[in-house]
Amino acid sequence: MTDIIQQLIDGLGRGSGYALLALGLAIIFGVMHLVNFAHGEVITVSAYVSYWLAIHGTSWWLIALAALVTSTLAAVVIEFVAFRRVRGAEDFTMLLTSFGVAIVVRAGFSMWVSTKPRQFDKPGWIFNTVRVFGISLEIYDLIVIGVTAVTLAAVAYLLRRTMFGVALRAAAEDFDAARLMGIRANRVISGAFALSGLLAGVAAVMILMRRGQAEPGMGLDILLPGVLAAVIGGLGSLSGAVLGGFALGLAEVMVRAWILPEGLTGLTDGVVFALIAVLFIFRPEGFIRVGHAERV
Amino acid sequence: MSTPELEVRSLTTRYGAIRALRDASLTVGAGEVVFLIGPNGAGKTTLLNTVIGLLRPTSGQVLVRGEDVTGSSPDSMITKGVALVPEHRRIFADLTVRENLLVAGITLDSATRERRLGEMVELFPLFEQKWTTSAGYLSGGEAQQLAIARALMSDPEILLMDEPSLGLAPTLVDLVFELLARLRDEGRTMLIVEQNAQRALEIADRAYVLRSGEIIDQGTGAELRERTDLVSAYFGSEQT
Repeated sequence: MTDIIQQLIDGLGRGSGYALLALGLAIIFGVMHLVNFAHGEVITVSAYVSYWLAIHGTSWWLIALAALVTSTLAAVVIEFVAFRRVRGAEDFTMLLTSFGVAIVVRAGFSMWVSTKPRQFDKPGWIFNTVRVFGISLEIYDLIVIGVTAVTLAAVAYLLRRTMFGVALRAAAEDFDAARLMGIRANRVISGAFALSGLLAGVAAVMILMRRGQAEPGMGLDILLPGVLAAVIGGLGSLSGAVLGGFALGLAEVMVRAWILPEGLTGLTDGVVFALIAVLFIFRPEGFIRVGHAERV
Repeated sequence: MSTPELEVRSLTTRYGAIRALRDASLTVGAGEVVFLIGPNGAGKTTLLNTVIGLLRPTSGQVLVRGEDVTGSSPDSMITKGVALVPEHRRIFADLTVRENLLVAGITLDSATRERRLGEMVELFPLFEQKWTTSAGYLSGGEAQQLAIARALMSDPEILLMDEPSLGLAPTLVDLVFELLARLRDEGRTMLIVEQNAQRALEIADRAYVLRSGEIIDQGTGAELRERTDLVSAYFGSEQT
């Protein structure tokens, strides 16, 4: 029983990061109908800022704050510099733009910093364990789950109880109809990018606490599970994205712990992808079907 | 002659190589109810969407009280007192009735927004019981009332409406036209696209007839009802 709970905690911990990334992707997809493959690069930028602060002796509390601010600003800048100029273009153009931004960021850090990972100190205390109801848990897992729960609750409040949130939800459902209500396109899209950047920043802090390194190609590696989670959940559905993230995290842990024999745990990703393929055969729209208004 | 509330001058709008609207000109005076009638594909929706700023014209002008607002964004048009009830209503199905109206009041300060919410409930009493209902669960008639209420939230001087009776049962069509008559009596300036030409001409001050993107005729409601060539071409089986 304790093993099961342990695995569940692990799965929720992994799924938390995926859920935050997927939610950020879903928010942008809602307003722009774009799977933003540059989304992971805000984490890369945060990682290098964190690295720079860490090697200058900054405390991890300030590093965490800086990562949040950096990722939010990076997302807004990317929207302004890259996506605003191609708004209204064909979907393929927007997709290419997102890849282009990702490539530029990666190349930039490769050229101006290094192609090799830059290591920095992780906060050692997060790997201490505590016993909760007889189960030994890493403080890191508790932090990740707790912070994610608080973040998701805050986002839910923002989306349900603030004018910005209601406007964002309206724009995600029908962008032109939202403009007819007086919602300013630039403002809502910038706001969506800022929110998604902030969510990526929370994920970045959790990832960097564990990894303690910055490298040019880390953005896409981290992003891909988030994309998968968003698609599993039903592309465009905010609650689906969160559900997809946790489902993916739990699936990874459970496949490794309960399905695959010990020598074959390297096949975890393959088995998980196979399960996802089966899901899409029976439910191609993902967990939650989203109907979008079509421009006529 | 006083400046029209809304004037469209030689407006042309293209979808790629197709000219959906060609050199269209019309005026709407203060307090007038003007209808745009014509067959499917005539360019009626294109004209309204160009006026409100969802589409950019290739040439021509849109003037509101003499001010050139051509190409202004929809949010800018709201601040100039022009609002659109779009075709197919386009209510936000995942938002509640209250949230749909809140969004429509986004250009207002919070006190005015709350006051307007109360006024919409007085105008549309059904909202009181449906306040927290997801708009996707509303019936066709309720959704149309919500779409009209949304446009009224900003208290526009000029109300554009695109096919308000589309897809509604006859009793609900009566309801919509009663509402239009009430808005007319309040002195609202309205430009309305309507396929139900017979009903439209009964309450219209004036109407324009569109075909293939061009305005081919205009007149008062009474004048156009007497035009047998238009009646047979465009009013068809609605004529009794």
